[in-house]
Amino acid sequence: MKPGKPQLIVNGKRIDGRGPRDLRQIKIEVGVLKNADGSALVEIGGTKVLAAVYGPREVVPRHQEQVDRAIIRCRYRMLSFSTLGERKSPAPTRREIELSKVIREALEPAVLSMQFPRAAIDIFVEVINADGGTRTAGITAASVALADAGIPMLDLVTAVAVGKVDGVIVLDLNEIEDMYGEADMPIAAMPSLKRITMIQLNGVLTPDEFKKALALALEGIDKIYQLQKEALRKKYVEIEE
Amino acid sequence: MSLTPEIPVIPKIKLDSILNVISKGFHIDKRPLLNYRPIEVNKNVAPNADSSALVKLGHTQVLVGIKIDVGQPFPDNPEEGVLIVNAEYIPAASPSFEPGPPDENAIELARVIDRSLRESKAIALNKLVIIPGKKVWVIWLDIYVLDHDGNLLDASMIGSMLALAQLKIPYFEVDPVTGNVKVDKSMRITPLPINRYIATVTVYKIGDVLLVDPTAEEEAIASASLAISVSEEGNIVGMQKRGLGFFLEKEIEQAIEISLNKGKELIELMKKFAL
Repeated sequence: MKPGKPQLIVNGKRIDGRGPRDLRQIKIEVGVLKNADGSALVEIGGTKVLAAVYGPREVVPRHQEQVDRAIIRCRYRMLSFSTLGERKSPAPTRREIELSKVIREALEPAVLSMQFPRAAIDIFVEVINADGGTRTAGITAASVALADAGIPMLDLVTAVAVGKVDGVIVLDLNEIEDMYGEADMPIAAMPSLKRITMIQLNGVLTPDEFKKALALALEGIDKIYQLQKEALRKKYVEIEE
Repeated sequence: MSLTPEIPVIPKIKLDSILNVISKGFHIDKRPLLNYRPIEVNKNVAPNADSSALVKLGHTQVLVGIKIDVGQPFPDNPEEGVLIVNAEYIPAASPSFEPGPPDENAIELARVIDRSLRESKAIALNKLVIIPGKKVWVIWLDIYVLDHDGNLLDASMIGSMLALAQLKIPYFEVDPVTGNVKVDKSMRITPLPINRYIATVTVYKIGDVLLVDPTAEEEAIASASLAISVSEEGNIVGMQKRGLGFFLEKEIEQAIEISLNKGKELIELMKKFAL
């Protein structure tokens, strides 16, 4: 056990007062940047993530071009002041390099990239404030930004983490639960098609716990999916008026 | 930035023939879909390393070496030794690998191995403390892919586990006045304390068929893969989906069943090799 671990579940309530199956407060804003073709800001509890999408646009450098599809380029980054404690160096860490790939691979199955050969779709995920679940908030934000950019997709991609803290399977872990819990499992899915596009497990689960956790994640994903659609609809209703 | 990898061009006739044999339940080298290729292990191939293992999985070759040194613990874990995992795809291993610092694939591989070993507490890092908060053993585990014929992650985990199982901690003395640690690597007595064995079984999806241990050719046409690390107790201790495709819930459940079964086999095999 890590030193300094607080009790994470007290009387069935979590450290921030939530029940095990509760999401944190979520806010999704669409079109927050003027220059980007699509953008979105997702706040979930203390986590705040901005996603911007450019494209489909010309590929620079040209050698990255692919003849049968658009390439998707993705960068996940934490701003230097986004975490508690010391300033994070702006140089990309191994974690950021891995997460850029994981986020790209979570979104790729949804994007109809075959419709734009020799083009590039660029996705920038910037973590403004980190309080657990930054990659999942990044995916949720990026898929809304892709839709906002008018890029054809099979479905939105929605992500949330599940995990195990003090022996209880919980939804949407915050930073402390992530740090001291027994398992953290971020999951992304295309909710309407029931396709799972990202799954990572960091920790130990029995096969039964895993099954329960996956089902809980998909439940949470459905709720966030409604909020994504609502946020997108709201922007276009405003434009019509 | 992470970008869509170039999908290798495979002649249609070849693609069709691969899909054809897979649909009949076999790999292109005629083994059943859920069988591994022959696994061969050479121990202590780099005698200057503190421990090393060369794993051959069919034509895939992975070399894992360990150096153990005295160093400082992580400030958030002062009572534990340190494990640092690194991986490199050397240009000798494939025409598509280029020289340079580890790319996202190598970083991902190293981090998946690192997480699986760490979270499962496969190594008793808490027994690697020399002076609490000040001096601990630091294990540098480096993975080099020498020849790429598919399924690098599973082979790397076998190599890592075996290299760790071979590792013996050198003799050391703590100077009571200065607190300096004197290490004599010519004398090694204590084996590295290992709590449990871990195996990583990557389940690949080709069309809608699930299989394990593809060759590089098969791997190239897989739409996605799910790496599942399992412990000898039958727990799931790590997971990572990779690739451009997706999995259905049902497929994930099947993949877990496959990896629990196959993981057991691999762990038994590793224990035999470790003797």
